[in-house]
Amino acid sequence: MTTESDRRKELTGARFRDPAAVRALSEAIARRAPGRLLRVMHVCGTHENALCQFGLRDLLPSWIKLVAGPGCPVCVCPAADLDMAVRLGLDHGAIVTTFGDVVRVPARITLLEVKARGGDSRVVYGIDDGIRIAKENPGRQVVFFAVGFETTACTTAAALKRGVPENFSVLTSHRLVPPALEALLASEGDALDGFILPGHVTAVAGLADYRQLAERKKVPMAVAGFEPVDLLLAIKELVERIVAPGRHERPVSNAYGRAVAEGGNPTAREAMSTVFEPCDSSWRGIGVIPGSGYRVREQYAAHDAMRRFGIAPDPDIKDTHPGCRCGEVLLGHIEPEDCPLFRNGCNPDRPIGPCMVAFEGTCHARYRHGHASRVQKKER
Amino acid sequence: MCLAVPMRLVSVEGNEGKAELDGIARKVSLDLVPGAKVGEFVIVHAGYAIQLLDEKAAEEQLELLADALERE
Ligand code: SF4
Repeated sequence: MTTESDRRKELTGARFRDPAAVRALSEAIARRAPGRLLRVMHVCGTHENALCQFGLRDLLPSWIKLVAGPGCPVCVCPAADLDMAVRLGLDHGAIVTTFGDVVRVPARITLLEVKARGGDSRVVYGIDDGIRIAKENPGRQVVFFAVGFETTACTTAAALKRGVPENFSVLTSHRLVPPALEALLASEGDALDGFILPGHVTAVAGLADYRQLAERKKVPMAVAGFEPVDLLLAIKELVERIVAPGRHERPVSNAYGRAVAEGGNPTAREAMSTVFEPCDSSWRGIGVIPGSGYRVREQYAAHDAMRRFGIAPDPDIKDTHPGCRCGEVLLGHIEPEDCPLFRNGCNPDRPIGPCMVAFEGTCHARYRHGHASRVQKKER
Repeated sequence: MCLAVPMRLVSVEGNEGKAELDGIARKVSLDLVPGAKVGEFVIVHAGYAIQLLDEKAAEEQLELLADALERE
């Protein structure tokens, strides 16, 4: 019988931190040496933090290079979108609400600086706090700047679907993961051997798009949770699929079953497709990726800030500060340590690029937790 | 931004609930997990429960792990 405390340990992940299992898994991975270097990418800022925090790269054999891809929603949010949020606060007098990290990302100016110039920007925990502020300020326009992948897009969709106050609107900068993987495969060619899929994005969106892509492009993938055992189990599944593809019926393995169902969360998916339609969207440092963003559908146009205030992205806004190599960091082409500004003018207190601002940013994670991996640094 | 974390539902009232982890409680919207019950575990992100955690699948995952390691 499972006791309440066992259940808690299983479901909160505590069981997936067992040091003996961690050791056994890393040994099992090491036994599958393919005789060449494997380049595997994850696309999740929380994965990068877990990898750094638990020192997992050091537990892996030197033939796996685990690179961080564009997995930080704050980092990939284009400066032109941030600039729209700034303009809403300064030129249109709106109260601009958004997530903590977003207010510190440099564009022409940051949302934090909007305050210093007499505007009103506020950090909130989620869209419902923005809605509450709208109710408390009926005479003001309140905008929620909605940044994030599918995990966040479903909360924006749920709120709009439920109904929001008349003086509330959203400026959406949501991005979708599967089209980004497809674009990465197109640009990187054979340089990527497989993907570790983001556990909470897939918990919402399900696996269908990934299965389709993996089969079409013949690229193995494995869904991972965020505990050491979750990640190593996924890496083992992935390596097995790369080394002996013929032995596995399906190229996508789900190593985070407790959160990820095949169809994701149907209620969340339904809310997203009711409120949004896919559109081509720009990723900071990467460029436009077809079908990788969400636009608010006509039916909800009254609460779409771009339509309500008649604003559009300014094409003249530059995405990166001179010298900042975030674009290359986001594509996994360089490690943060390769940027001459890393720890040398760029740090979390005074970030130069978005990758150093957000908790999920690769530069920020490396700054806080130290090196990527001694072994893998030598490999480069 | 905000992390998504597993939490336990300690109260449910219509579309709203309270979730708790390690003594920290917070209000969550249950719009995306209709029918969620007190005692169930949910993934909480930006004030919303975005998915239920599946107890059976958690056990299966642990069994899968045990199996995989036994076969080594
Ligand atoms: S260290 Fe700073 S300047 Fe260099 S890539 Fe990262 S964010 Fe940009």
